[in-house]
Amino acid sequence: MSPEKENGHKENGQAQKGTFAVKAGLAQMLKGGVIMDVVTPEQARIAEEAGACAVMALERVPADIRKDGGVARMSDPKIIKEIMAAVTIPVMAKVRIGHFVEAQILEALGVDYIDESEVLTPADEEHHINKHKFTVPFVCGCRNLGEALRRIAEGAAMIRTKGEAGTGNVVEAVRHARAVNGAIRQLTTMDEDELFAYAKEIRAPYDLVKQTAELGRLPVVNFAAGGVATPADAALMMQLGVDGVFVGSGIFKSGNPAKRAYAIVQAVTHYQDPQILAEISEDLGEPMVGINLDTLSEAERMAQRGW
Amino acid sequence: MTTIGVLALQGAFEEHIKMLERLGVRAVEVRKPQELEGLDGLIIPGGESTSMALIAERWGLVEPLRRWVHSGRPTWGTCAGMILIADRATGQKEGGQTLLGGLDVTVNRNYFGRQVNSFEAWLEAPILGPEPIRAVFIRAPAVTEVGPGVEVLATLPGKEGQPVAVALRKGPILATAFHPELTDDLRWHRLFLQMVTEAQEQASAPAER
Repeated sequence: MSPEKENGHKENGQAQKGTFAVKAGLAQMLKGGVIMDVVTPEQARIAEEAGACAVMALERVPADIRKDGGVARMSDPKIIKEIMAAVTIPVMAKVRIGHFVEAQILEALGVDYIDESEVLTPADEEHHINKHKFTVPFVCGCRNLGEALRRIAEGAAMIRTKGEAGTGNVVEAVRHARAVNGAIRQLTTMDEDELFAYAKEIRAPYDLVKQTAELGRLPVVNFAAGGVATPADAALMMQLGVDGVFVGSGIFKSGNPAKRAYAIVQAVTHYQDPQILAEISEDLGEPMVGINLDTLSEAERMAQRGW
Repeated sequence: MTTIGVLALQGAFEEHIKMLERLGVRAVEVRKPQELEGLDGLIIPGGESTSMALIAERWGLVEPLRRWVHSGRPTWGTCAGMILIADRATGQKEGGQTLLGGLDVTVNRNYFGRQVNSFEAWLEAPILGPEPIRAVFIRAPAVTEVGPGVEVLATLPGKEGQPVAVALRKGPILATAFHPELTDDLRWHRLFLQMVTEAQEQASAPAER
């Protein structure tokens, strides 16, 4: 939609905010970068100095949400504002699935991106937020292509794998990235009749299925998230075809956060260069401990949340 | 064949490569100093200027990039790239950030505000012809001070109503605060390729006198 005056005159500077190009565009600027979970302004500064392309402002990282239990909600606006004031890079924050009022609050605070996240306790077990209604862009998690396209249909301008947050175990992120990209490779070989049937099967809008088939990729930027803990994990996800990486608990739950954060940033740029990956993986100190997923009960799996 | 490098440390470098390929030009990703060899022009894309500068420092790219820009090789910076090739920047992160410099302007980082204030606008850029061009501004910078000899190609109304520059050129250096690589309009990329061709012709022309 172009903001033209009624006479069709395109006046210099006639501007329109919150268009999909503007929302998806910020995600495009984040590509090839690392988005880091931070809980204090000091951590946000460490992330910025390590080369993070954005930070996720939180009260607790997913590993602590897991440990503490109880209901996990949007963070205190005070923490988010302090983090926004501390850095010049974009600041994201999380809302509960379906909690559109938390989203209204974050938009009012002026955060740069909202993560409608399964890491928090869902507020609605049927509906996600109608993200078209907002000026601020949203990122949402997915486990497969159908879920990704349903979120895009609702207005998400960026997608990430869910992985399994707060575990330091990359296996679920790999599963989800492979599921999405494998399905897209299949799509590109289908004829139109098959695309109709496939759209029905994966419960995704036909138009988005067709667009994805034509592009050979998701129509928006797709990051990896949920379990990335090392530079090698980050490069693995990049080689599997994601556009960038979220690192949550993996940095500030490790022995030397600044050094690890810096190394993961370099790994995402040089993900195809094993020599460089070897160099930057050296002497990073203790990684976060990590959880084996077969010890998690179904109820403890955050990736199940979302519909 | 003309070869254009796109700095691929972080950000929207693939988008530029696709635009260049549509124009029939060879486009390559630049991550290491030796990858600057043999290029006819360089694009520094949008992304986070702080991330790009830190990664460039780690792999010894800052000095080679500086030499590239300051020796008058054709360079185009979009958004973060515009910040990096500016001689002066305000609104830097705490402790400041590395700039390559080369273009005598003062750029204000995030001049137009945070993401909720990002926008698309029509832009009059006479150098591209009479038809206004669609421009996408994302947490965009603007130029508030322009040094001698820098040509302003497009402006927008600034915060106090005064015009601020969002596209500029000096010799073989082009800077845009917005993202032509996010639209379908190839005119800015054509302009840059024309600047590259002019630089090539100048270099191969027999020295006068």
